[in-house]
Amino acid sequence: MAFQTKNPVIRWIEYRMPIFSFIDHSVGSGYPTPKNLNYWWNFGSLAGVALMIMIATGVLLAMQYTPHVDYAFRSVERIMRDVNYGWLIRYIHMNGASFFFIVVYIHIFRGLYYGSYKAPRELLWMLGLVILLLMMATAFMGYVLPWGQMSFWGATVITNLFSAIPVIGDSIVTWLWGGFSVANPTLNRFFALHYLLPFVILGVVVLHIWALHRFGSNNPLGIDVKGPQDTIPFAPYYTVKDYFGIGVFLIAFAVVIFYLPNYMGHTDNYIEANPLQTPPHIVPEWYFLPFYAMLRAITFNIGIPFTGVVLIEAKLGGVITMFGSILILFLLPWLDTSPVRSAKFRPLYKWFFWVLVADVVMLDYVGSQPPEGIWVPIGQVCTAYYFIHFLILMPLLGKLERPKPLPVSISEPVLKGSGPVGAAATAQPMEKA
Amino acid sequence: MRKTVLSLAVAAVLALGAADSARAAGEIKLPPKDWSFDGVFGTFDPAALQRGLQVFKNVCSACHGLDFVAFRNLAALGYDDDQIKKIAADFQVQDGPNDQGEMFMRPAVPSDRWPSPFANEQAARVANGGALPPDLSLMAKARAGGPTYIYNLIGEGFVEPPAGVEVTPGKYYNKYFPGHMISMPPPLSEGVVEYADGTKATVPQMAEDVSTFLMWAAEPNLIARKRMGIKVILFLIVLTGLLYAVKRRVWSDVAH
Repeated sequence: MAFQTKNPVIRWIEYRMPIFSFIDHSVGSGYPTPKNLNYWWNFGSLAGVALMIMIATGVLLAMQYTPHVDYAFRSVERIMRDVNYGWLIRYIHMNGASFFFIVVYIHIFRGLYYGSYKAPRELLWMLGLVILLLMMATAFMGYVLPWGQMSFWGATVITNLFSAIPVIGDSIVTWLWGGFSVANPTLNRFFALHYLLPFVILGVVVLHIWALHRFGSNNPLGIDVKGPQDTIPFAPYYTVKDYFGIGVFLIAFAVVIFYLPNYMGHTDNYIEANPLQTPPHIVPEWYFLPFYAMLRAITFNIGIPFTGVVLIEAKLGGVITMFGSILILFLLPWLDTSPVRSAKFRPLYKWFFWVLVADVVMLDYVGSQPPEGIWVPIGQVCTAYYFIHFLILMPLLGKLERPKPLPVSISEPVLKGSGPVGAAATAQPMEKA
Repeated sequence: MRKTVLSLAVAAVLALGAADSARAAGEIKLPPKDWSFDGVFGTFDPAALQRGLQVFKNVCSACHGLDFVAFRNLAALGYDDDQIKKIAADFQVQDGPNDQGEMFMRPAVPSDRWPSPFANEQAARVANGGALPPDLSLMAKARAGGPTYIYNLIGEGFVEPPAGVEVTPGKYYNKYFPGHMISMPPPLSEGVVEYADGTKATVPQMAEDVSTFLMWAAEPNLIARKRMGIKVILFLIVLTGLLYAVKRRVWSDVAH
């Protein structure tokens, strides 16, 4: 449906710059969407909402925040106490990061379950992973800004990871710090980058949505749209569904902001950073814990057996494993050999998907525990399984598994069993258009 | 839909559980305690806050600062302007330089922050056998357990060390302090404060009052937050209900 309006002002603008038809084509009535999307498909728009909330509150916080080692902690407390509704804005921003990650992780696991990463949506998937990496960098630097104990020591531990790079590692760390330890230049650049990166994320989100619109959304059946009878216009059907999802999201978000604002934080971050005093137990935020567990799982050097030759030091091995855990996802569209997208029709993969979920949840828990005793081998087994899932199981499953028969079209399973095929079922708005 | 809601609930529980476990590792178990400021309708009892201020002023403030609290903030405890001026005037703060170029001392005014008991960290350490008494402004948020930790530490924690535990000279045994060896001597003893409102100043009473006061000091907007939360969440529930109704209506012509 071409965009049409009687409003003269909109027509005037539209003629000179067709922005209204662009919007209509992107998220309006001109965007055909599979009609069978379930509520797991709400998390894409929720991620967008979370990004907007973070940018809006972040800009407001930046107006009151001072990125200096002597004043950062103090300026945050000033926001909490003296700035009008500063406590509200900061608690939204602080917990918004956690909610952003919850939403994005669910969005990613939805993609894994329904095979949304498969051809022809590989680039869409990879752009999403780029967003994830940018989010992690942004969240990490944002956590440093309040300049609490966990901010400082988290920054020290994570930046020190780069020293594992052979030969040039130490120089890179000095370069990252802008000095010889995490200090004022580090805080300054982290603030600058923390303000910059969300807008880079926004740019990649535009690419992500662009790539999405090339073939449209995947759907729970994982089969292609066969024609207009399989689709409904994005507006009003999915806009209103997304609004409802946003309402539910905001309720959960409000419960945490108003009643559990520090639940997901660490108490040590209410102690001002002290370079002379290491906290007994340095833990990153919960959304980094699975990766932290993988980092710490490599407790051994990798070398040539019986010769004592060390090829990869344990520390470097840990860093490679941690970054590898995300980089491997870039290869997933090619590691997965099954032609069937949705796990609904993949009797074996369905189970392995849930084992992977359990594995990641377990890694999250292991990451929160001190790296000693039973947690070391458990972390190693979970890390090994994570890589086995993607490197061995995904290629094998596609060959061994016998997928269930796929429905002929998206409309078929809907129409079957829903009584006589009435006008309501056939006269879809997309068809009328 | 029902299945999705269920899965979402499971995901939320897992996420929160993981966050919880992040802190649970290797901590001393605190006996639970109920607080007036717990829960959705939680609020501060002004009488308890005023008693807590008295304990803080007479006992804690000899060694501990309260740097993020200004005297003007005490209005939240139920004091009027004149009372706050009087409380502030009991303290001397450094000001200056004056037109002679010299620093001078003057009585504090409501806009001053609570003065630190020591001039600097070194002065604090030398006066306390090498230990640094931490600032208490954020103490109720900076320790696992928060006010319950503070209550147990100063109210219940100072006990005879178990047999075989040698207490380092200059340290005290405390059941709830990580590592058990604390540099702070037991701060509270019966009657160390004479409450203005006539409440009997037992050690648990004083510990409870000062913990309440420190929770307020750490989170002065706690009541405003909880009151706003009720309104926001009720509004969102109604809005979301309406959105659901609209969604059903819009989708009524789609077989799905």
